[in-house]
Amino acid sequence: MGIPQGVEPLWRGHGGVPHSPHNSPQEWGVRGVERAIFGRMTLQSKGVGIVETKYFTFAHPPDELALESGERLGPVTLAYETYGALNSEKSNAVLVFHALSGDAHAAGFHLEDNNPGWWDSMIGPGKAFDTEKYFIICSNVVGGCKGSTGPSSLNPKTNKPYGLDFPLITIKDMTNAQAHLIRHLGIEKLLCVTGGSMGGMQALQWVASFPDRVRSAIPIATTAKHSPQQIAFNEVGRQAIMADPDWNGGNYYDRVPPDRGLAVARMIGHITYMSDASMEEKFGRRVKDEGQNMKSPPDFEVEGYLQYRGNHFVKRFDANSYLYITKALDRFDQAGGKGLHEVLKPARDTKFLVIAFKSDWLYPAYQSKEIVKACKLANLDVTYCEINSTYGHDAFLVEIEEQSHLIKHFLSRVYGD
Amino acid sequence: MTKRDQSAAKENIKLEYQAILNLIPYGSRVLDLGCGDGELLSLLVERKGVQGRGIEINEQAIYKCVSRGLSVSHQDIDAGLTEYGDKSFDYVILNQSLQQVVNLDLVLKESMRVGRKVIVGFPNFAYYKARLQMFISGRTPVTKSLPYMWYDTPNLHFLSISDFIEYCREKKFNIEKTVFLDRNRRVRLFPNLFAQVGILLLSNRGVS
Repeated sequence: MGIPQGVEPLWRGHGGVPHSPHNSPQEWGVRGVERAIFGRMTLQSKGVGIVETKYFTFAHPPDELALESGERLGPVTLAYETYGALNSEKSNAVLVFHALSGDAHAAGFHLEDNNPGWWDSMIGPGKAFDTEKYFIICSNVVGGCKGSTGPSSLNPKTNKPYGLDFPLITIKDMTNAQAHLIRHLGIEKLLCVTGGSMGGMQALQWVASFPDRVRSAIPIATTAKHSPQQIAFNEVGRQAIMADPDWNGGNYYDRVPPDRGLAVARMIGHITYMSDASMEEKFGRRVKDEGQNMKSPPDFEVEGYLQYRGNHFVKRFDANSYLYITKALDRFDQAGGKGLHEVLKPARDTKFLVIAFKSDWLYPAYQSKEIVKACKLANLDVTYCEINSTYGHDAFLVEIEEQSHLIKHFLSRVYGD
Repeated sequence: MTKRDQSAAKENIKLEYQAILNLIPYGSRVLDLGCGDGELLSLLVERKGVQGRGIEINEQAIYKCVSRGLSVSHQDIDAGLTEYGDKSFDYVILNQSLQQVVNLDLVLKESMRVGRKVIVGFPNFAYYKARLQMFISGRTPVTKSLPYMWYDTPNLHFLSISDFIEYCREKKFNIEKTVFLDRNRRVRLFPNLFAQVGILLLSNRGVS
């Protein structure tokens, strides 16, 4: 019954989320209707145009990056992209963090690629993160598989991919690595750190780690600590990967990778990124094909969608990275038993804009409210909005108008200070 | 509403805001509960240099506040103000919002906790025109300060100036100042009869 790969999915015609979450629209295979949508979007709103990913390598032995686990990692490469121009005072830099499966390609187009970056609707001239005013940096994370050092990178000691020899990484390790990049770019103090989901956690971590190096933070659809429910979903994903015989204890780089396990993990992820209402609207009970007979009943569109998503995800993501990054998410607990406001207190002058979405049940609004509460207890300047959306967790990639309004005004207040 | 009424109402709003502006010293820390689209709060920031914060339950109003450059939270004040420490503000404002909360007792108590002083502004249900409408036509009054029909009103509590003063006495709140307003003027005589709006500056007993 599985969806044959390469079949043009029928659900595409039903509208829904054009620019999908988690993250790149690459996997959506922008063709047909979607290309038309993107084409129009691009014509209507100027984008940042053609961009390319850059790479920064640091932490060469013996100056390896010290990780939270106590281990050391080096050399470390981070993939990153920048949009707009750094002003002479170097005061207009915004660091954007991506979510679990995202990458450094946040905006614009790569040469000979029809897919824009994952937050292209938010970054560009006149957009929420206005590239005519601000210098935007988006960096991939350490542990990832999109050009940065991770489990699939070559271990210089063995000249083989790290696999499970890659050290455990945390959200803090990710931001520590990015701090090297920011310094390399000659920026002392960021105007803003921002991101949705895991990106929001990095934004929070940046404020906690470098309170003097950031003027504002916009954590979106995120949390200061992963809840048991969030950990549970990630664990099912990890178990799916590890139950795939092809996973082979993480050693698969010279053979068939655990695509089935990773695809199932991604499918679970996608369920949690949507909402009951958005699935109803997008798929209803529609079937992909009329059933031939009862022996092979038709797949529901929602099934085909998940399979399509899963199958495309494995083409661009490494299973071990998925294990490492979801672990980093699960271990994230900003306050670590202390009061969150105590952790945020040193960021005296950092202004916050916290955004949540009503139908987001993966990162529910109460988690954002906890961040807001901590900001208030720490006497920080905080603005909070719970945007009314039916898109679930995906909303942070989709609800552009409301987010743009909030971010534009907030940023210009911070910048104009 | 006639054109004249509308302009008068507009005038009245300004008077109300002006009265509150007059009560707040320059540079105070102010929390506006139920700040709406932020008109009063931004006046306070601009003219009184206050460090202003707002809480508002309406999402669209939040967008307006943010475009005014205000720091606001999209929250329900009925849930309490647990995220604020004691006396973290010089003034807590409850302007035209007290009558709309469910847990009035809790909200006022919390306001008195987080603010050194509390400013409450509310429509006076015992305004003489309201009384006349009740008395003569036997209908639920609809006035400029209470403009809603009985079936479509955000107001949950209908109180008079005398009610609230009595309430403050019971709760042992100190009433430091009062301002009573009709359309476009202050009312000094028989405010419970002639004022549409009552504005009271409260503090805890023992706090001057």
